[in-house]
Amino acid sequence: MHEMSLAEGIRSIVEDQARTHGFSRVRVLRLEIGRFAGVEKPALDFAFDVVMRGSPAEGARLEMIDLPGQALCYDCARTVEIADRLDPCPLCGGGRLIPQGGDEMRIKDMEVL
Amino acid sequence: MCTVCGCGDKVTVDGKEISHDEAHRLGLAHDHHHDHAQGHSHHHHHSHSHSHRHGDLVHEHPHDHHHDHGHDHAHGHSHDHGDADHAHAHGGDDHHHDHHHYGTGPAGVSVPGMSQERLIAVETSILAKNDALAAGNRRVLRALGVLALNLVSSPGSGKTTLLCRTIQALGEAPLAVIEGDQQTSADADRIRATGARAIQINTGKGCHLDAAMVGRAIDDLRPRPGSYLFIENVGNLVCPAAFDLGEAAKVAILSVTEGEDKPLKYPDMFTAARLAILNKTDLAPHCDVDLGLYEANLRRVNPGIEILRLSARTGEGMGAWLEWLRARLAEAQA
Repeated sequence: MHEMSLAEGIRSIVEDQARTHGFSRVRVLRLEIGRFAGVEKPALDFAFDVVMRGSPAEGARLEMIDLPGQALCYDCARTVEIADRLDPCPLCGGGRLIPQGGDEMRIKDMEVL
Repeated sequence: MCTVCGCGDKVTVDGKEISHDEAHRLGLAHDHHHDHAQGHSHHHHHSHSHSHRHGDLVHEHPHDHHHDHGHDHAHGHSHDHGDADHAHAHGGDDHHHDHHHYGTGPAGVSVPGMSQERLIAVETSILAKNDALAAGNRRVLRALGVLALNLVSSPGSGKTTLLCRTIQALGEAPLAVIEGDQQTSADADRIRATGARAIQINTGKGCHLDAAMVGRAIDDLRPRPGSYLFIENVGNLVCPAAFDLGEAAKVAILSVTEGEDKPLKYPDMFTAARLAILNKTDLAPHCDVDLGLYEANLRRVNPGIEILRLSARTGEGMGAWLEWLRARLAEAQA
């Protein structure tokens, strides 16, 4: 959706962390991306390469870890894991679910030099 | 922003150009929302997965991350590290160890021949900066008892017409409007023609308003205590869903000409909204639409969503909308 913006958010966090922890280069940066986060991973990969130029994360390897999508079923009132935003409840077959997680977009950790 | 947007563009607030960096208020102190949901603190435990060779035996530890220690593990579970700071505490199967790499001094203090590589746990949302600014906006609005609503929709759904009619109907109630568009001040001009105060934000190529832009507009507008603040977002059913502006609620406007499938195609926006307004109902008889199906699809992506049908053009259904607004304003002042 707005992967360029997300990459800028990552850069700004990397720069903050570099100041706080005193490192000069990021080798690997790991992100956790929820299934419902709406992140287009190839687009983020592309944006990452472009936006990190001139930052400590220039040339860093970007690893993306998928987090499952969870939703609360309004019919059986249980929290279930679903693969697709519009999937029915796997327990009761209900079609009214509200996401309860899976919209995460966060930097988990970085390997730095 | 979309990959085509290029965030480096200038943002203008009522004709005043500010840099994107400034718009994001990069220099300002802000809180980092470190998410420690997994029960870890800064001195947290990482489980490692280097494989250690013990003579002929290779064993692997369960793992989150890789790092080279630049030392050999001569093992009986006593590690001999070149790095004196790096102490492992092995507890049988449960292989935790304290990360003493963490914060053991800046990498600039280099020791020849020793790896400086470290793992830094960040656990920070990519949108943490926006979220922190939005929380700041929310505090300011809350303290003033201002009801801020973030109006989201695709372009052409009738947001501005609905706003103009709403302003007229609210009469003397104090209110202000923040207009977001990529270009032109046409919408702010339309709002100002009703006598209301409005500020236009042009996002350039940006496809959504963010909390920094809105914070700056709030500073300029100085909304009166107990007033309404309508934020008309950039017409876009995708990106504005993810950017909290500090509003009390998102109101999604969907016109009956757009197609019943839109909530299913763009679920995020309708999931994030508290209220959906089905606008242009006067056109419904002319375009073979099923208003019941619109509502069913809205509830399918957001079972808790409130729905109002109205026509800003004819005024049909405006009463319920005004009632909804007054109830939310009372909540904002409670």
